[in-house]
Amino acid sequence: MLDRSCRKRTAAGTGAAKLSAMVAGMLCIAPALAQPGGDGPAPSADEWEVPRLPNGRPDLQGIWTNKTITPFERPQELGDQAFFTPEEAEQFVASMLERGNQDNRTDDVRDVLNAYNAFWWDRGTELLANMRTSIVTDPPNGRIPPLVPERQAELEAERRAITERCEQQPGCAITNSGEMGPAWDPKVLDLMTRCISFGTVVPMLPTAYNNNYQIVQSADTVAILTEMVHQVRRIPTDGSPHLPEHVRQWFGDSKGRWEGDTLVVETRNFTGELHGRLRAADENLRVIERFTRVAPDVLLYEFTVDDPTVWTQPWSGEIPLTRADGLLYEYACHEGNRGMENILSAARAEMRAAGDTEKQE
Amino acid sequence: MTKQALLTAACCAASMIAGPAFGQHTATAADQPDLSGIWQAMNTANWDLEAHAAAPGPMSELGALLAIPPGPGVVVDGAIPYLPEALPQREENRENRWTADPELKCYMPGVPRANYMPYPFQIIQGTDTIMLSYQFADAVRIIHMNDPGPAPAPSWMGWSVGRWEGDTLVVDVTGQNDQTWFDRSGNYHSEELHVVERYTLETPNILMYEATITDPNVFSRPWTIRMPLYRDVAENAQVMEFNCIPFVEDVLYGDSGK
Repeated sequence: MLDRSCRKRTAAGTGAAKLSAMVAGMLCIAPALAQPGGDGPAPSADEWEVPRLPNGRPDLQGIWTNKTITPFERPQELGDQAFFTPEEAEQFVASMLERGNQDNRTDDVRDVLNAYNAFWWDRGTELLANMRTSIVTDPPNGRIPPLVPERQAELEAERRAITERCEQQPGCAITNSGEMGPAWDPKVLDLMTRCISFGTVVPMLPTAYNNNYQIVQSADTVAILTEMVHQVRRIPTDGSPHLPEHVRQWFGDSKGRWEGDTLVVETRNFTGELHGRLRAADENLRVIERFTRVAPDVLLYEFTVDDPTVWTQPWSGEIPLTRADGLLYEYACHEGNRGMENILSAARAEMRAAGDTEKQE
Repeated sequence: MTKQALLTAACCAASMIAGPAFGQHTATAADQPDLSGIWQAMNTANWDLEAHAAAPGPMSELGALLAIPPGPGVVVDGAIPYLPEALPQREENRENRWTADPELKCYMPGVPRANYMPYPFQIIQGTDTIMLSYQFADAVRIIHMNDPGPAPAPSWMGWSVGRWEGDTLVVDVTGQNDQTWFDRSGNYHSEELHVVERYTLETPNILMYEATITDPNVFSRPWTIRMPLYRDVAENAQVMEFNCIPFVEDVLYGDSGK
């Protein structure tokens, strides 16, 4: 039986109070989480102390996962309800697992995209231990805020132009972006098809599979390896400044500092060419993340996304990362990108057949 | 209960609470040298492991810009001991270096080449894991200090298992696929490649690096390369993002569907 009082204890708070509330919440809602593979009795919230490196900083090391069937955004019908009741949670899990295993195949070009089922997904079978109805915690409705009107208009115009082009001329395909788009040139394909990135990397959001991260920590650097596609974030905690404004990187420039036992990471200097949940973002994107070890096998991860020329307000989320079984393995994507060759040759063949011999820009 | 017994009980209770899985961290800084930091080779090993004179680059229009610089070599005993039947492949690779070198394609470079590319890499020495994060192609290696067993499958950057011998970090690297070269001059290997690396801090800012290479399909005996790696001590030193995929898409996929 789940203890209803646990849910109340995981309500918002700050600092140490939130820490111990989260730990209490973790342990009473999902006691198994406290010690997968561990020996001995689970320590109570009062007795456990975060292990530390020789320099006194909290030890965040290990192999962590954010796989979950908790939705990224709250289902509309739940309104402002931030947490599941135990009964609702059971029903929700059952329906998500069933939905993930349905035969969604269609007779059109989306057939392959829809053909994935539970055999392929690695979302796990559990909600986040915090029992939230969404990963997004702010705005209070658990959904990312609206786009700034100018940005909305820009994106709509882009989509209209692409749709027109693809309706009138050959050479388009639905690829990993899930949308119809030009497919004759790597530069116009999505980041996943190009093997540049599968997820967002910053922030750490769950995707279909390989939701695995490894944290290795020295005295002045926290390194986070994202398994898919082997991106490493090297986060100094020695007070190093950010790169100059004009220097841009796909996954930005991350600098960290300790606030008590919480690692706070600020990332900026993005190129703004991202995808997935951050597809709308531009070069003004800033992400703030907070990492707090709250239990032997739980690393509380909180993030805030802020892009004032894109979203009408910053938005935030929370994921208690849990220890993953096993090791990370090499995810070499670009080295074997046959998909790219096939997509390009099909698009170009279509264009040739239609007499379209000019290389499109 | 006596005071002694109380203290004993308290100490044992504390260690039970900490738990063996996560409480008993060995103090790496205290026991072993800390190799953490940003390192880079300062030689022409990535051009040619063996000694070589200067030579023209790929395009005369680029003049001296991409000419091949000279270097005294990093192979202990001078020459790489190819099996006679394996040498023609190296010559063929060398002739095709401006198209066939996997570095050109932004492929992960493998071990030991990643350590002597002309770009920095960062060592993050953790408690039971050491991560080597390379600027080129965001290549990365995890060195397991607790032996995780054999390589599960061939990979580009191999499977690294490390141990300390005194103050030297010894890393055993197996499980590399046969797709990488040792340098831009076509020196190559098979999937039987076995590399044993040795990292020793000679001074706080010089990390002496040795790699012994064994591959019975290609070489008549094991051979060793040796070079210093230098710490980047610049105030603003950092390994930046060098994702070369966008720079190679034209050359890789230009022919697709033509």
